Amino acid sequence: MWTLSFGKLSESCKALVTLIVLTVVVPALIAPAHAEAEDAAGPAAAPAPDKAAPAVSGGGKTEMKTMRVVYLGKEYPEPLPLSYAEKPVPNKGLEGARLMLKEANQAGNFVGHSFELVEAVVPEDGDVVGKAKELLAAGDRFFLADLEPDDLLAVADLPDAKDAVIMNIRSSATKLRQEDCRVNVFHIIPDYAMRADALAQYLIWKKWPRWFVIRRETPQDQDYLAQVKRSAARFGGKVVTDKVYDLPPGARNLDSGHQQIQAQIPMETEEASDHDVVWVINSDDDFGDYLLYRTSLPRPVVGTQGLQATAWDKSYTESGAMHFQNAIPRIAKRPPVERDYTAWLGFRSLADSAMKSGKTTPKELKAYMLSDEFRLEGFKGQAMSFRTWDHQMRQPIILGGGTRVPVSTSPQEGFLHPTNLTDTLGFDKPETKCKFK
Amino acid sequence: MTRFSLAAISAAALLLFASPSFAMTIFVSNEKDNTITVLNGETLEVIKTIKTARRPRGIILSPDYKELFVAAGDGDIMDVIDTKTLEVTRQLESGPDPELMAVDSKGDTIYIANEDDSLVTIMDVKSGEVLAEVPVGVEPEGMVVSSDDRYTAATSESTSMAHIIDNGSKALVANVLVDSRPREAKFTKDNKELWVSSEVGGTISVIDTSNWDDPGSWKVTKKIGFEVQGVRPEQLQPVGMDFSADGKLAFVPLGPSNRVAVIDTATKEVKDYILVGQRPWHGELSPDGKKYYVANGLTNDLTVIDVESLKAEKSVPVGRLPWGVAIMP
Repeated sequence: MWTLSFGKLSESCKALVTLIVLTVVVPALIAPAHAEAEDAAGPAAAPAPDKAAPAVSGGGKTEMKTMRVVYLGKEYPEPLPLSYAEKPVPNKGLEGARLMLKEANQAGNFVGHSFELVEAVVPEDGDVVGKAKELLAAGDRFFLADLEPDDLLAVADLPDAKDAVIMNIRSSATKLRQEDCRVNVFHIIPDYAMRADALAQYLIWKKWPRWFVIRRETPQDQDYLAQVKRSAARFGGKVVTDKVYDLPPGARNLDSGHQQIQAQIPMETEEASDHDVVWVINSDDDFGDYLLYRTSLPRPVVGTQGLQATAWDKSYTESGAMHFQNAIPRIAKRPPVERDYTAWLGFRSLADSAMKSGKTTPKELKAYMLSDEFRLEGFKGQAMSFRTWDHQMRQPIILGGGTRVPVSTSPQEGFLHPTNLTDTLGFDKPETKCKFK
Repeated sequence: MTRFSLAAISAAALLLFASPSFAMTIFVSNEKDNTITVLNGETLEVIKTIKTARRPRGIILSPDYKELFVAAGDGDIMDVIDTKTLEVTRQLESGPDPELMAVDSKGDTIYIANEDDSLVTIMDVKSGEVLAEVPVGVEPEGMVVSSDDRYTAATSESTSMAHIIDNGSKALVANVLVDSRPREAKFTKDNKELWVSSEVGGTISVIDTSNWDDPGSWKVTKKIGFEVQGVRPEQLQPVGMDFSADGKLAFVPLGPSNRVAVIDTATKEVKDYILVGQRPWHGELSPDGKKYYVANGLTNDLTVIDVESLKAEKSVPVGRLPWGVAIMP
């Protein structure tokens, strides 16, 4: 609202008004009303208490509270991209943590908190549990764990890790939230149950309930399959065919690969029962993309390729997401991937809790993160929090992957829950098998 | 005034009341179209669609209404439109990704939030010279200058703070933590309070600024929440905030709930929720304070609310993904 000055207003009126008389009369009529408005502003305001409190300024010099966070990882072999045109992504996850370090210190600087990041990524044949022991002995208690399930559990079960806070930013294994849950582990990344539910809700909404599953046999794939079957039972879908694709992943090295694939995929998919979609489960990423546009029947492909349920996608731009899409390339020289986001969000959970609660001990932060006060912002258009029964972060899930704009975000309209709609994704309290000790 | 006869005034008054929003012009920024829609305030017909640099969001008028400033985020520039000719006449080197801005009451200095660089750029309006860059929290957005020009408040969306800049020294003097994703900040008309909307937190933090000389003492004294039966709480996301001409009401577009909340500024209670188009974020009052215009991002239109009856009167189409509204008398 601008304060109108008499002269200025008549000038602007002159420009707009052809009737000469109005150039003076308009301000004459508006000005008194405006003066009234200014007078009225006074009494409308709340009475001002006249306290001369010499409070410490937010920008004043208080002692900095320091917090050290460890990025604990291992260079596990990862599948190469299916296409030569796509380069392997370096430092998945780590770049997200580096971004949060910068941002947390930027914010912390204003409120007397500072943050450090220790990058502890051991080589493929390295001893990550030994590394964790060393860091725990040195006093570290906050971890972003870029670890596979066995290593994660081994670290979490170390005696010194009892009072640690470990953020799982990598593994979607459902057992980590179920029978193998740990009280010192929090899961930022969605598990397979949440991913399957997110896709299933959309497919049911689309009235595409018959699913032809085609998959490999890795432990991840079997886990995901079990969750797809669970989603089918929950939401009224059906796995009409479950086929194991057992041809070797050779095509990457064949000059005429597409020729062979073009003939192969229709044959592999022609015997499935009537289905609405093909649900591919291929964590190793060695054939899933071949299904697109090549299936025997013209059917959409969803799962680990095609339409995917993910915490982050390159097409996602809603709710301030462009900040992250732009910020990661500035430090990493590449676009963000899902693990960058989960690392960033895991670090952010710790940093935000520290700054908002003013506390820095693992015990206090854990209590804060599990309280109703913890409402984390992470570009999903709603506050995120942790499920108290298994420490999984509740979050909307993006449906995207391969499309230039996201297809949708789950939970879908109409899937109701008494307290949190996001708890329609994954294991809800009554279903949990997690028993924290 | 005295040299005009009473008769002339009443004749003109008649004319004026026949068309109360005479000659008023409404500007709406269309984030996805890269345009500004210019509407005749009386007929609500489109006068002109002005092309801008990419991703125009924040728009404000100079205090003399001669220029319209348009923050074009993806163009990394601020377009300046002559409100008479409705042409882009010059550009200000705003720094990267400008989102929102505020001008002081004299129209000399503009304060720009550079979202990507976590900076507030302070610039001379006429020369475009950068006077200072003040580092603030991550993703600055909301910007407001107090009516006495003494302070500027900036919100940082990711850091969840309101940052107070002393305009004299151009230095950061205080930081107040608020709820998640603060979008806009506004001083009340008497400068006794600073209101900050938190989109994801779903609240408005009211910061007591009555100790005007000591921003370090400014604290959140009240949080205003929202509740609508049948609407999920996470959809009640306050973004813009506009105080009525008399300062007694605040209009708060609530994004995905498709409503504008009306708050009694004295009691801090929500009086009403007005259904508008989809995803309203920002609005503006008519200069006479009688109407509130709000841009609905997802229905690509502008809803007119009558301030006295608090009823939505009509909606008119504008461009794609409309964001901000500015109104010239």
